Amino acid sequence: MSSDTTRTRVIIVPASKPALPTHIKLRHDPGRGRWHVLAPERVFEPDPIAIEILKRCDGVTSVEQIATDLAKDYNAPLQEILNDTISMLQELSDKGVVKAA
Amino acid sequence: MNEIAPMEQFSEKPVVEACARAPVGLLAELTHRCPLQCPYCSNPLELDRVNSELTTEQWQDVMRQAADLGILQIHLSGGEPTVRKDLEDIVEVAAKVGLYTNLITAGVTLTRDRLKRLKELGLDHVQLSIQDVDDVNAEKISAYKNGLAKKREVGKWVREFDMPLTINAPIHRLNIENLPNIIEFAVEMGAGRIEVANIQYYAWALKNRAALMPTRAQVLKSAEIVEAAKERLKGVMVFDFVVPDYYAKTPKPCMGGWGRGVMNVTPQGRVLPCHASESVPGLVFDNVKDRPLADIWLNGQAFQKYRGTSWMKEPCRSCPRAEIDFGGCRCQAMAFTGDAANTDPACKLSPHHGAFVAAAEQESAEQTPPPFVYRRMAPAKAPAAE
Repeated sequence: MSSDTTRTRVIIVPASKPALPTHIKLRHDPGRGRWHVLAPERVFEPDPIAIEILKRCDGVTSVEQIATDLAKDYNAPLQEILNDTISMLQELSDKGVVKAA
Repeated sequence: MNEIAPMEQFSEKPVVEACARAPVGLLAELTHRCPLQCPYCSNPLELDRVNSELTTEQWQDVMRQAADLGILQIHLSGGEPTVRKDLEDIVEVAAKVGLYTNLITAGVTLTRDRLKRLKELGLDHVQLSIQDVDDVNAEKISAYKNGLAKKREVGKWVREFDMPLTINAPIHRLNIENLPNIIEFAVEMGAGRIEVANIQYYAWALKNRAALMPTRAQVLKSAEIVEAAKERLKGVMVFDFVVPDYYAKTPKPCMGGWGRGVMNVTPQGRVLPCHASESVPGLVFDNVKDRPLADIWLNGQAFQKYRGTSWMKEPCRSCPRAEIDFGGCRCQAMAFTGDAANTDPACKLSPHHGAFVAAAEQESAEQTPPPFVYRRMAPAKAPAAE
């Protein structure tokens, strides 16, 4: 089981391509009128920005590209958005909600 | 991003009022049958018998009703849920109606083929319990031979099928010294999550408290071990650490508040605010065979009785933590003080707190703990057939 004992923390960088693992589900809940992230024994309530970021986590788009898109959509400074996106994705990666290649 | 734990589903204005008050999770105790006999089992002392269990169709209907009610996650538990041969049929419906499905299993009766099938049907997550990582100790705790080897195998299959794995490790005086090895075991198994869950003393665990209670020093040391491991394994494995409330100053917000975020359905179909709530007298438990799940949740007597804060007496009533810990656990208040409406004796404001702590300190200090009373069906013979 050596491959598992050497599992290491993923560090999110601008070039990372984040994705939701198959067992993590971003789902709209029509009854409550909001989005949820369903995870093992956990339910998260993403805020509007987090929802926009998570929707773009397709394993193909880089963090940098996600931030660029959002900066355009929200007419906000790129560096600020990039920093926020990285810190949010790092937090989610540490919680096992996001994976990244 | 906010985490809903305890279930904070009230933070925004809901679209559909009924859904807004819906629980987030439902614990489905599919059966009380289990090949293991752990002396801390959370099942009631009076176990439901196999011939009274809900049918496949009835459980499937519970899944549909749960989804309609707005429940998000379903925890398929027991007993040992895999002893039900129709587990696949229940999972299939649960997944189809959009519930996040979690299998809580001891693993020893699971096969590779069944797990593969469950994954294909949409099972989202496996929580595998372990008794200890020492074979002799594991056997002593579960009264089951070679369980640990089987669990290793199950863990391998879970990884093979690329499913997320949580290792659930109930902690007590017999295995608390092995905690570092237990954590290492979970890492080796490829678990993304570990529950280091000190025993909560209800039902069988309460009966066996004197044989299970660790010392305060052991608990403090275990907290340090968990903190260090958490830091070391950041991004590798997520930790959930449940402390034994006998050594706490404030009670736990049991179930995130009574009738607030979680509900429990017994093998017979009784709907409970928590799995231990049948120990509280004066509650009327409705059955899914008689009444819609949503109606039971919203209006059932057992749910209304201790929901919110209006039932509280002092010191809870005027306590600034009234809506943080909800007076702790009703079952523990009942068991230790004789009145479920009293504050949980785990609270330092309870007049019973001193005796509560003293019981733990005294029992854990005993050099030779009493033998286990293993979880078994009551003397009357249980039907052997499934």
